[in-house]
This record gives sequence, C-alpha cells and structure tokens, in this order.
Amino acid sequence: MSNDMHSKTISELAIGLRNGDFSSEELTRSYLDRINASQERLNAFITVTDEQAMKQAQAADQRITAGDSGILTGIPIAHKDIFCTDGVRTSCGSKMLDPFIAPYDAKVIENFQNDGAVMLGKTNMDEFAMGSSNETSFYGAVKNPWALDAVPGGSSGGSAAAVAARIAPGATGTDTGGSIRQPAALCGITGIKPTYGRVSRYGMIAYASSLDQAGPMAASAEDCAMMLQVMAGFDKRDSTSSERDVPDYSADLSKDLSGMKIGLPKEYFGEGLDGDVAKVIETAIDEYKKLGAEVVEISLPNTHMAVPTYYVVAPAECSSNLSRMDGVRFGHRCEDPKDLEDLYKRSRGEGFGTEVKRRILIGAYALSSGYYDAYYLKAQRVRNLISEDFKQAFEKVDLIMGPTTPTPAFNLGEKSDDPLAMYLADIYTIAVNLAGLPGMSLPAGFVNDRPIGLQLIGNYFEESRLLNAGYKFQQATDWHQKIPGEFA
Amino acid sequence: MAWEIVIGCEIHVQLATKSKIFSGASTAYGAEPNTQACAVDLGLPGVLPVFNADALAKAVKFGLAIDAEIGMRSVFDRKNYFYPDLPKGYQISQMDYPIVGVGEIDVDMEDGTTKRIGITRAHLEEDAGKSLHEDFQGMTGIDLNRAGTPLLEIVSDPDLRSSKEAAAYMRKIHSLVRYLEISDGNMQEGSFRCDANVSIRPVGQKEFGTRAEIKNINSFRFVEKAIDHEVERQIAVIESGGRVVQETRLYDPDKDETRSMRSKEEANDYRYFPDPDLLPVEIDDAYVEAIRKTLPELPDARRQRFESEYSLPEYDAGLLTASRELADYFETVVKQSGAEAKICANWVMGELSAALNRDTIGIEASPVNAENFAGLVKRIADDTISGNTAKKVFEAMWAGEGSADKVIDAKGLKQISDSGALEGIIDEVMSNNSQQVENYRNAEPDKRGKMIGFFMGQVMKATQGKANPGEVTKLLNEKLNG
Repeated sequence: MSNDMHSKTISELAIGLRNGDFSSEELTRSYLDRINASQERLNAFITVTDEQAMKQAQAADQRITAGDSGILTGIPIAHKDIFCTDGVRTSCGSKMLDPFIAPYDAKVIENFQNDGAVMLGKTNMDEFAMGSSNETSFYGAVKNPWALDAVPGGSSGGSAAAVAARIAPGATGTDTGGSIRQPAALCGITGIKPTYGRVSRYGMIAYASSLDQAGPMAASAEDCAMMLQVMAGFDKRDSTSSERDVPDYSADLSKDLSGMKIGLPKEYFGEGLDGDVAKVIETAIDEYKKLGAEVVEISLPNTHMAVPTYYVVAPAECSSNLSRMDGVRFGHRCEDPKDLEDLYKRSRGEGFGTEVKRRILIGAYALSSGYYDAYYLKAQRVRNLISEDFKQAFEKVDLIMGPTTPTPAFNLGEKSDDPLAMYLADIYTIAVNLAGLPGMSLPAGFVNDRPIGLQLIGNYFEESRLLNAGYKFQQATDWHQKIPGEFA
Repeated sequence: MAWEIVIGCEIHVQLATKSKIFSGASTAYGAEPNTQACAVDLGLPGVLPVFNADALAKAVKFGLAIDAEIGMRSVFDRKNYFYPDLPKGYQISQMDYPIVGVGEIDVDMEDGTTKRIGITRAHLEEDAGKSLHEDFQGMTGIDLNRAGTPLLEIVSDPDLRSSKEAAAYMRKIHSLVRYLEISDGNMQEGSFRCDANVSIRPVGQKEFGTRAEIKNINSFRFVEKAIDHEVERQIAVIESGGRVVQETRLYDPDKDETRSMRSKEEANDYRYFPDPDLLPVEIDDAYVEAIRKTLPELPDARRQRFESEYSLPEYDAGLLTASRELADYFETVVKQSGAEAKICANWVMGELSAALNRDTIGIEASPVNAENFAGLVKRIADDTISGNTAKKVFEAMWAGEGSADKVIDAKGLKQISDSGALEGIIDEVMSNNSQQVENYRNAEPDKRGKMIGFFMGQVMKATQGKANPGEVTKLLNEKLNG
C-alpha cells in the first residue's frame, strides 16, 4: 500500500481499486486519518462517519472482488451537510438542525450509495447555505487550506477545503448563487454546478428552490465527470428534475477544442475585478487560444442586475422554505415555551443565526402585501432579462468564460460585518443560477499564493462541453494538481 | 328598515383520491394519529411535493360539470402562515391561476323555482392536519394524517339571498360531487364543509355591506342556523347604530351562535407566491375531452329523463335524482321488478324513504337492497300481495328476514285471488249475515257503496287479510246485486 494515495485523482484511485493495488478499506482508513488529523486546523467536517464509512468500504471491496463495480465503488466521498443522510445528523450548518437526525437519504446520497461510494462524513457549510465565506456556520468557520487565515469561500466551504487539502478525493456541494464555484475557486479545486434540474433536489435541504442545484467538487474535471455521472438523472420525487437522458460525461473529455467559440463578457472584466486576478484569467484564456479556441468579446448587459435580483428571489423563497423549522416536529425547540407564540419566537430566534434571520426578513418583506409587485414580481422580470442575455450570447458562442470571483480568498473576519461587500463576492456566479445554466470553476493560477478560479458557463444541459473544456485545460496545465504545502 | 341578505359560499370538498395531493400517503379516514403521514406530509427538511394526477382529473371533472372555464395552465402557490398543524409553514394552494374558472349551477329552491348561481372559481389545495386540544394536559397534540389531503375549494359568487338558498346551494354541490364520484361528501368526517360570507344591505342598495366570514360549517342544518344567527346579529348591530366589522367568525352549534375568531386587522398577510417546487400544471384539449368522456349523467339531465322516460311527475323525478345512489336504486327497482315506474317511485319514496329516515341511515347502507326491493314491488304488481300486506312484508325484510318471496311464503301471506275460493268465502259471509244482505238490497243505490265495506271487512277477517281486495269487490257487487 502506497502512502501517497491522497495525491491521486478519483480516476486514478478507481483504477488502483480495480487493480487491487489497495482496498477501499485501506483507502477509506487513510482518508479518515487525514480528516481527523486536520479537523482542528481546517474544521472542514461537521460529522465524520468513521464506523459507517468502514462498513461501506468493506461492502465496496466485496463488490469490487465480485466484479460488480460501479463508477465510484470504493471511492470515499464527503457530503455537504445539506443532504439528508438516514440515521446521521443533517445540520445544514445550523443550530436549528443540530439535533436533527434525518430519517431518510437524499436522492444524491442514494445515488452514491447505490454506486458503491463510501461516505466519509458531512462537511461544514454556511448556515442553510447562506454565505460566501463559511463564517455563518453554527460549527465555526472553515479555514482555507492554502492560507489558514483566509476563508475557503461558501457556502460549500467544507467540501472545497476537504478536496483542496486532499482529505477527501471528492465532495458534493450545492450552488444557489455560486456556492460550488466560488469556494472551488478560492480553494483551487474543480467544481461544477449543473443545469437546474439535472440533479435531483430531493432530500437536499432547500435554500432557494428555484436556484438550488447540487454538483460535484473534486481535483479535476475528469473526476467531476465521474461524480456527475453518478449524481445526475431524473427523479420522480423532484417535479423540477429533468427527464432528459444523461449523457456519458467521460466520453467527450478529450475532444479537440479547435473551432470552439469562447465569449468573454465585457461586464465580467470591468470595475471591481482585481488586476492580478484579471491577469491570471487572461493567461488562462490564452491557453484556450493555444488549444485552438476562438475568443470573442460579448456583452451580458443586465449583469449589474444579477446581485440585486438574486437578493430578492433567494430570500423570498428561503423565507418560506425555512418556515418548517418551527420547533414543533424536529430540530431546535426552546426550553419551556409558555405558549405557541413563545415557542415559535424563541425556537426560531435561538435556532437561526444572523445572516439567516436577515434573509428571512428581506424575503418576507419582498413578498408582503403591497411590496410583492415592486420586489418579487419585478425581480422575476429582471430574471427573465438576465436569461435572455445568455440566450442571445449562446447564439454566438459555445462557452462563456471569465473570473469565478473578483478577488482571491479574503481573510477571515474581513467581510463578515459587511453583508453587502460579502454579497459582491458572488457577482460573477449569481447570474448563472438565475438563468439555470451550468457553470464550472477551474483552478487557473495564484495571486499572493491564493488560488484563482476560471469560470466556464455553458448552454443548458451542456455539462459535457464544460467538462471537455475543463479536461483539455487541465491536460495543458497543472494548477489542479497543486496541493497546499501543509497537506501535501 | 327592510334588509337584503347577501351570501357567498366557499365549499371545501375533499377529493376521493387514494393518496394525498402531493405525497404517496393514504387518505383513508380514521387511522391512528400520524400513521398516515409520510416524510412529505411531516414537512421534513429536504422533501418535495409531487402533484397527484388523480386530483387534477377530479377537479377538471367538476369544472366540466358546471360548464366552467378550465385552467389550461394552472399554478400552485404557497400561502404562508404559521400554525402547528400546518407542517411546512405554508399551504400549497392556487391563487391567480386556478384549475377551474368561471362556471354556474342551477339550484332548486324550496318554492319550486330554480335559481342560477355563479361559481367564481374552484381551486386545488392541500388540507392541514388537526390540533387535538383534549387529553394532553394543557398541551396540544398534532395529528398529521389529514395533512396533504386534496381539497377542491369551490367559491360561489355572492348570489345567494337567504339561508335557505345557501343550504339549497350547498345540497346541490354536495349532490353533484357525489354524482361525479369525486368525493364521498362525508360531512361528519369533514369531507365537505362550507365557509359562508354573509352581509346585509338595505333593500335597493347596490353596494354590498361589510361581510363576516363564518368558518367550517359541516351540515346543511347548521348552515341555515349559522347564517340566520349571523344576519340577526348584523341587523342588531346596525340598527343599534353600530357597524359590522370585517372579520372571521366561528359557528358554535351547541350554543347556536357565531363568535369572532379574528378581525381584518389581525388577518394574516399570507405572502402568496408561486411554489418553486412545482411546475405549472399544463393540460391540453385532448386531456379535457378524455375527462369529459368520463362524466356521468348529471342530476338535471337525469331528472329530465326520469320525467320523459318514466312519465314521473316533476316532484318525484326531482326527489329521486337528488342523489346518485337513490336514482340508481330507483332505476334498478324499475328494471328488475318490471312494474310500472310510478308504483316503483311511490314505494321507494314512501315505505323505503320513511324507513331510512326513521333509522337515519343512507340509501347506500339500506338493509334492503335494490334487487330485493324490486322483488317486493314485483309481488305487488302481479297481485301476489296487497299493498297492506306489502308493508308487513317490507318490515320483515327490513328486519333481515330475507327476500319478499321468502317472507310471503314463510308467513303465508300470499293473496287469495282465485274466484272459486273467494266465492265460497263470500257465500258463507252472506249466509251468516242474511239480515245485512237484506238491508243492503233494500237500500237506495247511493247508500250501498258504504254498506259494501261491511262485507269486505268480513271477508278480510275470514282470510286474515289475504283476499285480493279488487277481486272481492267485483264478486261482492255481482252477488249482492244479483
């Protein structure tokens, strides 16, 4: 058994398992050891499911021996603590659900389990996925493995940090306004937010139902393709999931990029973008030119409306989605409520953190009688305009590229008292969710030793094209292979 | 001052689907608390609703039956409010785009007239659970078995002008949903309940008065009483110089009064918005036509057919078609007895209905089914038994003593129609009562009619009532006059 297993990609590990170079038990043990050794420094996990993981690893080894392997059989995977896991605490990063042991598995969890993947545990996240720095978690902030005084991004910060520190070869995330792509960028890993409806939302605790989408986070595009293959597909329990066939995401990875048309939205390279980040992105674009792609400037004129639109739509939906957290049937309940109103007020007052409360209030306000037309309805109209921008752009180009974030990872505490500054961290990612398009972040370089992500945006259900572009870039560069020194 | 009463009704009909409107849990009534509530009904984190296609079909069926516009694209919205028996903190309902739009229904009023009542809309929504306030020592128990049960909320225009009209409207809708087999209409179990919006205005005034909404009335009798009480209350308020406030009131049948639940100021802002977990429901003409083909004969059409096909008076036809079960029962009796329809109608509306009312049971639970009742009518029609005997036979059948023929045989009730046998009995009666025969024959012809009753009585006495009265009358006339 080699001791550099953690530096391997999922595809390499899968081959190793099949060849009998190591067992899933050995592999899983080694990752659990790495998790436990790093937990104090990174705080990437909320719950580590050691025992369960070892049992699943044993079962996976039997499947491998029996020649009954799936794509990820025996591969350890970490799951964002937003996915319900039968018999395991599912906290969503909140005090509200700290006592909640889910009685069922999310569809995504079920898919990984049926494929034979091993669950390492549940990763840390911003409370109810509301945040861009992982600082809103009830379980404390996650640290960026590249700079322990920096944020890992959010809300899937635990998953991003876990993959970056190679304490998990792959992790699941969810992305409502950038929550996969932004932490992937800040932690120097690869993450893809699929088209809305591609992955079932059943059992994934809702933040903003019309924007939420689960996706994979891993070191490489190739690994993301394998994970997405397991995650994607129609689910009759999710009315918004797509019945469209799932293509073989690994089939077209190495397709030649000559003639591919890449659009660079001028709005993504203007004011607000850090100059050094811009240089990294330009270098990455040059790489694509070398690979044969044609690059043109495009315009997404309503880009500046994306953040304000999002901060009406998402809070409106969350204000309703979070109403079920009422202290009546599950989750946190205050001590000795004196009547019903007291039960509601104190259970919710104690259970929710500041950012969650802020968004519930904004959302309830936007939906209230007399304000609905001015906020919610108007936001829906602008949302259509934003989708229309992309539709027109995709008549001219195959892919859109730009920075994932305007700056590298900021320091812990730097923006936590300034919600507006924090919201701008998602300025390039949010429009993709409003339009329901697939988007991806690839590691593309460093600024001040902190990773920078290149964002790729594709047309609806064109995840294969994104993965192909990501894979070819990673064949030509080695940014995705970099591991923070402390965790190498 | 003379007041005009204005009433609009919101009727909640529980649709008779096997599973709930957004989950696979059973809708059966009466299970142990919380045994018919799955993760979706409990509103656990992460669960999602999936719309039950059967609820859609039933709602469309109703829409077609009232000749309404069908919502080809309807949208589910969230109605947000906190209550312990509302697990998600919102109810999934339909606001701007309901499944059924404007329609109408003809309602028969007590005075024999028919009034057309407008239906504003009918929309689909999920029911809440139940809060149980007893047996929990100062606490409240929650039973979520009912949570997620499909409801069709039928909203009428403010076209009703009296409590009697409101009750007649409610009965009509009740009959219709049962005809359509979209609901069991069981009022005790809450499958059919009504909210009444009541206001008054001076006769002649165009503008509506301020209304009060009376919630959750679950019987035809209560709807009349509740409205009557509320009208009295509003008149008293206005005539004493006050004004009616817009509010929600609850009818208490025990005290026969309504009391305030909450005023407009305290009313919730429900923050309706389209439910992002559910796609808009889009249907096409082919779907609507397929549902149209499943429509049964509706009450009004059936009543007209009863009048023409069976030559029944309007009153009989109306009564017999008031419920689908009664109409079906009647038609079975006609078909299987081979008797004249009017005789069948008389017996169904007479003996049978009286027994059902006496024992307060519905026709579907009648101890004498239509086939057996047909057997009884058949024996009346073929003169095997007289009408009086038939009443005795029916009572025995009702008590579970078997078919009409079995009861007739067992009790030896077969009517004597054989003229030879009857002549012998009549001869005996006449020879035993020669004085009365003498008197009869000496009497003026117009007095004889009354006197013949004596001989009839004697013959019946001698035959224990089994003599065929028609035959006896004929023979008596021959013999006494001859």
